[in-house]
Formats: sequence, C-alpha cells, structure tokens
Amino acid sequence: MNEIAPTTLNAKAGHASGWRGIVADWSSDQRAFKTVSWGKAMMWIFLLSDTFIFGTFLISYMTVRASTVVPWPNPSEVFALEIGGRQLPLLLIAIMTFVLISSSGTMAMAVNFGYRRERRKTAILMLATALLGVTFVSMQAFEWTKLIREGVRPWGNPWGADQFGSSFFMITGFHGTHVTIGVIFLAIIARKVWRGDFDHGRRGFFTSRKGRYEIVEITGLYWHFVDLVWVFIFALFYLW
Amino acid sequence: MVDVMHGVPEPRPAAETEDVELYHPHSWITKYVFSQDAKVIAIQYSLTALAIGLVALVLSWLMRLQLGFPGLVSFIDPERYYQLITMHGMIMVIYLLTALFLGGFGNYLIPLMLGARDMVFPYVNMLSYWIYLLAVLVLVSGFLVPGGAAGAGWTLYPPQAILANTPGQQWGIIVLLVSLILFIIGFTMGGLNYVVTVLQGRARGMTLMRMPLTIWGIFTATVMALLAFPALFVAAVMMLLDRLLGTSFFMPAIIAMGEPLAYKGGSPILFQHLFWFFGHPEVYIVALPAFGIVSDLISTHARKNIFGYRMMVWALIAIGALSFVVWAHHMYVSGMYPAFGFFFATTTLIIAIPTAIKVYNWVLTLWQGDIHLTVPMLFALGFIVTFVNGGLTGLFLGNVVVDVPLSDTMFVVAHFHMVMGVAPILVIFGAIYHWYPKVTGRMLHDGLGKLHFWVTFLGAYAIFFPMHYIGLMGVPRRYHEIGGIALVPPSAATLNEFITVAALIVGTAQLVFLFNLVWSLGHGQPAGGNPWRATTLEWQTPHTPPAHGNWGETLPVVYRWPYDYSVPGAAEDFLPQNQPPVPRTG
Repeated sequence: MNEIAPTTLNAKAGHASGWRGIVADWSSDQRAFKTVSWGKAMMWIFLLSDTFIFGTFLISYMTVRASTVVPWPNPSEVFALEIGGRQLPLLLIAIMTFVLISSSGTMAMAVNFGYRRERRKTAILMLATALLGVTFVSMQAFEWTKLIREGVRPWGNPWGADQFGSSFFMITGFHGTHVTIGVIFLAIIARKVWRGDFDHGRRGFFTSRKGRYEIVEITGLYWHFVDLVWVFIFALFYLW
Repeated sequence: MVDVMHGVPEPRPAAETEDVELYHPHSWITKYVFSQDAKVIAIQYSLTALAIGLVALVLSWLMRLQLGFPGLVSFIDPERYYQLITMHGMIMVIYLLTALFLGGFGNYLIPLMLGARDMVFPYVNMLSYWIYLLAVLVLVSGFLVPGGAAGAGWTLYPPQAILANTPGQQWGIIVLLVSLILFIIGFTMGGLNYVVTVLQGRARGMTLMRMPLTIWGIFTATVMALLAFPALFVAAVMMLLDRLLGTSFFMPAIIAMGEPLAYKGGSPILFQHLFWFFGHPEVYIVALPAFGIVSDLISTHARKNIFGYRMMVWALIAIGALSFVVWAHHMYVSGMYPAFGFFFATTTLIIAIPTAIKVYNWVLTLWQGDIHLTVPMLFALGFIVTFVNGGLTGLFLGNVVVDVPLSDTMFVVAHFHMVMGVAPILVIFGAIYHWYPKVTGRMLHDGLGKLHFWVTFLGAYAIFFPMHYIGLMGVPRRYHEIGGIALVPPSAATLNEFITVAALIVGTAQLVFLFNLVWSLGHGQPAGGNPWRATTLEWQTPHTPPAHGNWGETLPVVYRWPYDYSVPGAAEDFLPQNQPPVPRTG
C-alpha cells in the first residue's frame, strides 16, 4: 500500500549520528530528558536561573571592589576572632563552611533513605540538615552583630571602601535568605515524610499534583545548590 | 545519507508517560478567579496586560501633545513629562509586551499546541499571575504616592535616578523597583512552567522538531527571560539599597548644590552593564514570540508550509544566544574602551544573519502561496515590513561611528519603536484576531478589523517615519521642549505637530479594536472549531472554547509536523497534526 509518509523531520533519527543524532535524541518524543520528572526538571531550571542571580551579585561585587579607589579592608583581619588574646583569622567562617558542607552530607543520606522508604530515618536526617542550616544562619547572625558593633554599616566602615559593608550585607544576606527558605522547606517536607503523605499520594504542596518521595531529592538539589554557592562566596569574598 | 525510509515507520508512537490526573476546581472562585487552568490564567494575564497597556497609551498621548503643541496642556511641566516617559517605557516593554506574549499567549497556546492537559504546575502558574497583578498594582500606585511616579527615564540610569530633585525620587522610584522585583519573581514562576511543559509535557508524537514555531519562539524567549531577568533583579535590588540604605553601589562621589553628598566610590557604569545585559535580551524576549507567531500566521493564511522550518528553529536559537553578547551596543557613548565597541558592533551585526534568514523564509513562504488577505494575515504582512524597516535602522545604530552622532536623538526613539514597539504590537493584534475564535467561539468583526489594521499600520508609519528625520536633524530625545535651539530648524516643529495628530488618530483607532473585542463576544459570527482550517493541535480540540483538561477523554497523538498545507494528493488542503497517515488518492 502506498502511503503518504508522515512528514517526520526525524524519521531518520534512528540512523543519525554526530550533531544530527544529538539533536534528534534531544528533540525526540514527549520528553527531552527521559528519566527526569517534571518537578526535578523545574528545580534544575530554577537553579540555573538562580545561578545567574548569584553570579550577577558576585560579578557586581567584584566590579565595585575593582573600581573603587579606596583600599579594601583586609578580610583576614576583619573576619578574625580574638580567642585567648590571639587573633585567629577566618575562624568563624571556617566553622560555618564546615557546618554547611556537613549539612550537605546529611541531606544526601536523607535522599538515600527516602528512596528506601525508611520514613523515620529520612525525616530525622532532613531535620538534622535543617538544624545545621539553622546553626549556619545563627553564626551568620553572630558575625553580622559583631561587625555591626565594630562599626560596619551598609554605607561605610572604619577600615576602607564603603562598598565593603554594602557588598557584605547584600551578598551574605541574600545567601542567608536562601538558607532560611531551605530550612523552612526542609521542615515542611520532613513533616510530610514523617506523616507518610508520600506513601498514599497525598496532593503535593505547592504543585497540586500527587506528591512522591522524589520531593526529598528535589529539596536536596536546592540545598546542595545553596551550599555550592556558599563555596563561591567564601572564595571570592573571604579569601580574596 | 540516503533519504529513503526502509519500511513504513511505526505511525503511532508509543506513549512514554501515562495521562496526568488533573486538579478539578469545585467552586466558581477556583474556576474563574483563583483558577489553576492555564487558559483562564492566560485570559487574566492578557486582560491585565491590555488594561495597563491602555494606561501607557494615554501617557504617550500626553507626551505627544506636549511635543507637538508645547504648553498646550499646562499640567505637563518638565517633571511630569519625565514621569510620562518613564512609565510609558516601563509599562510597554515589561508589563504589556513581556506579560502578554509569555503570560498571555504562552499560557494559552503552550498546552493546547503541544497536546497537554495543562501546564505542569498549575498552582505555581496561578501564583505567577497573582504576583504579576500585584506588581502591576504596585506600579500603578506610583501615580498616587507623594512626589508622583518615577521620572528617571525608563532606563533608570544612576546617579540621576535617585538624586534629590529627580521627579519621583521620593517614592516613585522605590515603588517602581519593588514592582520590577515582584514582576521578576512572578514571571520566574510562570517561566519555569512554560519551559518544563515544552521540554517534558508534550503529547505522543510531538517531538521538538514538530512543534509549531509559535511554541519555539515562546520557549526560546522564556529561556532567555529566565537568564536575563536575574541581571535586572540584581540591579533593582542594588539600586533599592542605594536609595533606601545609602549604599554606594552605583553612586560616585557627587557635589550637588555645592554640597558633597554622602555617596562615594560607586560605579554608575555597572548599572548600565547590568541593565543592558537584561535590556538587550529583553528586545528579543519580545521579538522571538512575535517571530514564531508570525510564522504560523503566514503559513496558515497563505495555505503553504513554512519555508525552511529547521533553519527557522535554529535562527531563533541563534538569535537568542547572540543577544546575550551584544548588550554594550547601548553604551557606545558611555566612554568605554574603543576595542569593546568594535567587539560589540561585530556581534550586533552578526545578529542580522539569522534575522535575515527568518525574513527571507517568511517571504519565500508567501512566494506562490494562496494568500488570503484575512485580518491576521494583514497584520502579519504589516509586521514583516515594519520589522525590516526597524531592523535596517538597527544596522545604523549598531555601528559605533554612526551611532555616536545619532545617540540620544529621536532617531533612536523611532528605531526602537519600529522594531520592538510597533512590530510586536502588530503581531499581538494579528494573533488576537487569529485565536479569538478559539478563545471565545466567535469571530471578530472583519470590517472593523480591517479598519483597525489600516489606521494602525499607516498611522504608525505616519508617526515614526518623520521621527527618523527629526532625529537626523539632531533633535534630542527626552527633551520636554526644544525651544529656539539654532541647530533645529522650524520645520521640526511642523513635523512634530503632524506626528502628534497621527498619534492621536492611531490611539483612537485602538478603541475600535476594544469595541470589536467586546461586541464580538456576543454578536460575532459563530466560528466553529477550526475557522482558519489550520493544522495545529489547538484547532482540533473537541470543544470550542476548549474545556477544562483541553482534550476530553483521550489525548491527541501527533503524526506529522504543523505545516502540512496544500499537500499534493490529500483530500483537504490541510492535514491536522493529529491526522494519521492516509492512503494516497491521486
């Protein structure tokens, strides 16, 4: 029988190789990423957008730091703690970084237990992650308080360029907000895990679709991202 | 590579995912007000955007009255004039064009054209609209606060934007920045939905390379918006801090009225970089959906497949990518290093290549087509002409040496109004005439539509062609009144009067359009399911207007690309995308 073949632009997809093959695979039926759920795809794309926000914040900070004519305060002196009469540079920041990185570890374990359907362990590990997050934010609050007591303001500071205080409060504040939001999300999801919402497909929070244990992993993606961003802030703000 | 297929390919692609279960509203409020249905959200977005656009239209009238007949309207003093400019520009670019193309057409067309039941995250989609509405209300509140709306020019350049004595410096600028931040948050929620729906939520058989170009345009623009709006977000946050907390991100040391201000050491140029890193992609965020829609309008109303579909897709993607590396061509006169000017001029002119591919392909689609001069087609043709016109003056302004004398003249104003004002607006009108029958089930009145088209199209040229000439004479933009400057001949005043009269007429013609929208709702001819005999999926829905869930019991299956018009041997002159392969008749 002679048929008008459907006008497929990738009828040859199965045979294509090289760039054409990549395009054909990528643009194939129904889903571009075959194993990725909607929620996970959305989180990844959101994180891409958020990367641009943090990237722009950091580039703007580097620009003002490079273009101001007044000397920049020395971070290892500003961010030092005096313990037993000795100045220990970056001590608090080191602890904060350690806490945040550790929280990524507990988060990863929570994801693992989530997929094993071990509700109690998952919820406890998520709460542990949230607790480490709270610790981080509290230490940040301590650091802010210390600097404000020493006279650092968004519009000026005793040691050098005004933009030091402005960039510091803006960038760490924006990051701290991310951590706080992450803590809230972790708490909400942990409660749902504990209650067993995802075993009987209760309607998801924020999506009006049926919830699944994958939400633990998606929350984890966000958490690891916030963690990764901190590494860049640490390197570019505290170590430079 | 051989072009022969061995055996007939499996015509019915296997399903990769099961049908989604839908959220069903239970009350009138959740059905029509706090609705999670993308179609309702689309209409909410569109009506809000049109309403705020009407405000911006009135603002432009007031500006034109002042320019054409200085002093005629006494309350337009220089400060008011600045506020008019600022609000007109902001509203038109962001709150009308971006919101209408992506929030309006995107929400309506993406699920329908792709054979999906709804957006992937209906709840987030609903939030997106309400945050957008909040952003609009905050923006409008700028007119009511002490000191009036922001008057810093729509580009909000510091240091001027937040210095005392700039109109709207008290509250207007704060309100505007907050509104922008809200808009970006709301848009991100919608944008994530559009992108994920296109990537992951398509019907069986709907490969990316079978998507209508409308969807390709909206999709590419949304991805760009998700990457470009962050720069505006950061700029808005930093300027807000400068204004409220007295930081000096963008503020250098300034002596005002003999007194040094508290600001020192900031970089105003940084703001320009951030703003245009958003601002230039924004031009294409508005243009790419227009490109896509116009491709579909032309193909449908010329009964011919689009010429060079694959190249059209790649051109969209290339334009989207290139537009991220051209931003500093808005800053040739900012005193930047000359070699950068060379770089940005080169990248700018390279964009002309994919753009020209698109224009040629539109023309070649029309070539020997069965052109029906319906109202949507008229608007599509009007778009092509206008876009070419605006694009050509873009080549002038993209070159550093030509741009420097033309910078900040009315020539620039004429250029960007042609290319990103009039051209996309023509597409919006064409698209409304095209899809109104699907949204409401009734046709818009044809005669009124043609009247609307001809007055708008010819009127736009009456407004903006002379404006190029005024600009070449050296008339600067943003001036409240030219007065007796020696370099400006008196004929400029005559032209300005002419432009103002034309602008008033064109503005009035939009009332015809609004009347048509309302009147046809009750009195338009019943349209039936597929009045334009189009191939794309949204015309194949079981109900018109489409019901909740779009497709009734079974989801459509796609067998072909969206441009099977006038296929030789086929019984009809169009083959819908969900029509299975048919035996050859001839």
